[in-house]
Amino acid sequence: MTAPLLSVKNLTIDYIGEEKDFRAVDNVSFDVAPGEVFGLAGESGCGKSTIAFAISRLHKPPALIRRESTILLNGRNVLDLDDKALRDFRWREVAMVFQSAMNSLNPVLRIEQQFYDVLKTHKGMSRAQARDRTAEMLKLVDIAPDRMRDYPHQFSGGMRQRIVIAICLALDPRLVVMDEPTTALDVVVQREILQRINELRRTLGFAVLFITHDLGLMVQFCDRIGIMLAGKLVEQNTAEAIYGSPQHDYTKQLWTSFPSLHGGVLL
Amino acid sequence: MKTQPFGLIRNRKALVGVAIIAFILIVAIAAPLLTPYDPGARVGRPHQAPSFAHWLGTTRIGQDVFTRLIYGARTSLAVGFGAGLLITIVGTALGILAGYRGGKVDEVISFFTNMVLVVPNLPLLLVLAAFIGQASPWVIALILGGTSWAWGARVTRAETLSVKQKDYVKSAEMMGEPRWRIMTFEIFPNLISIVGINFIGSVIFAIITQATLEFLGLGDPKVVSWGTMLYAAQKASALSVGAWWDILTPCFALAFLGIGLSLLNFAVDEIANPRLRTGNRLGRWSALIRSGEGRL
Amino acid sequence: MTAQPTPILALDRVTKTFGHGPGAVHAARSISFSLHAGRALALVGESGSGKTTCARMAMREYMPTEGKILFRGEPVDGASPAETVLYRRAVQMIFQDPFASLNPAHTIAYHLKRPLLLHRPDIKRSEIDATVRALLQQVKLDPDLVAPKYPHELSGGQRQRVNIARALAAKPEVIVADEPTSMLDVSVRLGVLNLLSEMKQQMKLGLLYITHDIATARYVAEDIAVMYAGQIVEWGNVGKVIDNPAHPYTKLLLSAVPDPDIRFDDPSVRLRPEDVEEIRRKSAMTQDRIVEVDTDHFVRTA
Repeated sequence: MTAPLLSVKNLTIDYIGEEKDFRAVDNVSFDVAPGEVFGLAGESGCGKSTIAFAISRLHKPPALIRRESTILLNGRNVLDLDDKALRDFRWREVAMVFQSAMNSLNPVLRIEQQFYDVLKTHKGMSRAQARDRTAEMLKLVDIAPDRMRDYPHQFSGGMRQRIVIAICLALDPRLVVMDEPTTALDVVVQREILQRINELRRTLGFAVLFITHDLGLMVQFCDRIGIMLAGKLVEQNTAEAIYGSPQHDYTKQLWTSFPSLHGGVLL
Repeated sequence: MKTQPFGLIRNRKALVGVAIIAFILIVAIAAPLLTPYDPGARVGRPHQAPSFAHWLGTTRIGQDVFTRLIYGARTSLAVGFGAGLLITIVGTALGILAGYRGGKVDEVISFFTNMVLVVPNLPLLLVLAAFIGQASPWVIALILGGTSWAWGARVTRAETLSVKQKDYVKSAEMMGEPRWRIMTFEIFPNLISIVGINFIGSVIFAIITQATLEFLGLGDPKVVSWGTMLYAAQKASALSVGAWWDILTPCFALAFLGIGLSLLNFAVDEIANPRLRTGNRLGRWSALIRSGEGRL
Repeated sequence: MTAQPTPILALDRVTKTFGHGPGAVHAARSISFSLHAGRALALVGESGSGKTTCARMAMREYMPTEGKILFRGEPVDGASPAETVLYRRAVQMIFQDPFASLNPAHTIAYHLKRPLLLHRPDIKRSEIDATVRALLQQVKLDPDLVAPKYPHELSGGQRQRVNIARALAAKPEVIVADEPTSMLDVSVRLGVLNLLSEMKQQMKLGLLYITHDIATARYVAEDIAVMYAGQIVEWGNVGKVIDNPAHPYTKLLLSAVPDPDIRFDDPSVRLRPEDVEEIRRKSAMTQDRIVEVDTDHFVRTA
C-alpha cells in the first residue's frame, strides 16, 4: 500500500469565544492517496470548509487547532511549518479553489499578469517562460490561449472558475483542495469543469479534496467519500459503498434529500 | 435589531459617555437645588478667586460662576439637543424620501441638498446671526436646524438606496403596502444606527456652533449659556487679569460634554459596524496559544 | 397546455426587452404559459435564461414590452386601481433568499399580520392573532415559539416556511416561488417543497415553481417549461419532457444532472466542449416553429 499523500489525524479545531468555545471540527481523521479524489460531504456548519482552510493554514484568530492534531502532507506536518516553508508549500504542493474563486481574480490585472505573479514568485520564471506555461494551462481548461491578455470581467463566471483552476495547476501541485467550486455555477458548466478536472488528474496525477453538499455529484466524481455532521466524520468509505450500502443514519437521511430525475429520491 | 440596546449597555465607551451626559443633565435640571444664587445677580466682589462661598469664583461683575455654569448648562443642552433633533428630522425625512421615491422627487431634493451642502456653514451662520442682531438661543437653534441638515440627508439617502433593493422591501411593495408605510415602517427601522449617529453628531455640532456664535458676540448677552459666559469673560480680559476661573470653566464644561457625546457616538458606530470594534476580545485565545494548547 | 378551464394566470407571447439599440437585452422572447388551480408549472433554466424576468412580470414588477398577461382571462394592463389591489392579493411571491426576504426590524407576527390587515377585510381585528397562529400551524411551525421571534433567530428552513405562511395569509390564487429552496440546506429542501405541494393541493393554488434544478421540477410539478436565452424551448407534461426530451438543450441539461449511477470516467457520458458550444449557440437563436412531439409535449425548432 502506497503512503498516503495527505494524512489528517485527530484534527480538532475550536473557535474560541469570550466565554464559550465552539467545536467546529471534532477529532477527524482521514487519508487521501496520491492521485485520488476524496470527497467531504455535509451541510452548512458541519466543518468541511474549516478542514479545507486548516490544510492550507488559512485560519485566523479566534480559530484554534488543538495540539493533538496533525496534518501530514508527504510525511511533513503542515501545522509545524514556519512562514518561509509555508510560502513554498502553498501553491506548489497544495493549491486551493474556493466557491467564490471566480471573484478572487484581481479585476484590474490581465489574466497573463495573474499567472505571471504566481509563476515568478514561486518558480522565478521569466515573462516569456510564464507566457508559455500560461498558454499551456489555459488550453488544459478549454480556454483559448490568445485570451490571456483579457481582463476577468470579459469572461463568464464558469470561465473565470476555469482560469482560477488553471492558475492552481500551473505549479503542478500534488493536492488540489476544492471547496464547493461549482455550487454557484449552472449544472452544464459544472459537469464540463469537473469532467475536465477528472481527466487532468488522471494525466497529471494530482489528488483532489472535493468539498460539497451534492452527494449524487460526489459519487460520480470521487473515489472515496467522507460524510460530516456537526464536526464529526460519521462515515468514510468508497463512493460505491456510500451509494450502494450507506451505514450511518445521517448518510441514509442525506440520500433521501436528493430527488431523482426519474421520480422519487435518489436512494 | 432587538439586540442593539443590549449591546450598547455592555459597551464601555457607551457607558462612560452616557454617564457624562446624564451627569450634566441632572446637574442642569437640579440647578436651583445646587446653588442659592441667581445666575444674573451680583452676589460678590468682582473676579473673586474660587472660595467656599463661591466654588468657582465670580465674574467681572460679581456673578457666581458656578451658578452661571449650571444654569447655562440648561440653555446649551436645550439648544444642542433641540437643534440636533431638528437637523436629524429634516435630514432623515428628506433622505428617505429622495432615496425611496427616486425620479423627480429625488432630483429636486438632491439638488436642494447639494446647494445647502456647498454653502460654507459657519460663514453663513455668522452672516445670518449678524443680520438678525442679538440672536436668542432659540433663533440660533432654528438657524442651525435650517442650514446643517444636508450631510445627514445625503448619508440617509445613500443608505435608503441600499435598503430599497432588499427583498423584504420588494415583498412589501408586492404585498401592496402604501408607500408611506414602506418608508416609515420597513425602511426607517433599518436606518436607526445611521440616524442615531447623525443625531449625536448633530448635537455635538449644534452645541459647539452655538457656543462659537455666542463667543463671537452674536448671541444675546442677557441669556446665560456657556457661550455667553465665554463672551463675557473674553470681554473682561479674564485671562490677562488672572481670573482663569472665569474663562476656563465654560471651556472645560464644553469639552466635557463633547467628550461624553463623542464616546456615545463611537459606541453606536461600533455596534452598527462590528468590524470597528477595538479592545481585546482574543484574551482567551491568546492564553491558549501561549500555553501550547493549540495553534493557528 | 391541455384543454382545461380558464387558467388563473397566463402569459400570452410576452416579450421583455431591457434597453434599446445594439446593447438591448432580450430577457424574454415570446413567452407563453398558463397556471391552473391545483397544478404546478416548473419553469426550468440556468441563470440568465429569463425565468426570473418572467416571475417579476407575473408579479407586475416589470411590464411586458409586447404581449399580454391575462388574469382569469382578462388582460391586466388596463386594470383599474381596484383590480390592481385584487391582483396583488391573488398573486403572491416567495423569494429565493430566506435571509433577505424578512425585515430584520420586525417580529414574525408582524410579518404575518400585514397581509391579513391589507387583504383580508373578512377577518375581524379580534381574530387576527388567532389567524396568525393558524397560519404558522399550517406551515408546521410552533406559533408560541416562532411568532414573537425576529428573523435572525430562525433557521433558513424556518424562515422559508414563514415566507410561505405570509404568502398564504392573503388567500391567494397563484403563488410564484422563485428558487425557494436553492439557498437552504439540502436536508430541509424537500420538506419545504412538500409543504408547497400540500398547500397547492389543499387550497387549489396555481404554483409557478422557478428553478435551475430539473430534478426537483419532477418532484413538485405536473407541467414543465424549459427556458434558454429568453425562450421556452420545450414544454409540456413533466414526465414526458424528462423521459423523452426532444430539444437538444433539454437533452444537454438532463445529461448534466448528477446521476450517481454514472461515473465521470465512463466515456459514453463525456460532454465534448465543442458540442456544448454548438448546442448553446443554436438554442440561443430565435426558433419560431412549434412541433407537437406528443399530446401535451411541445418543442421549438428553427
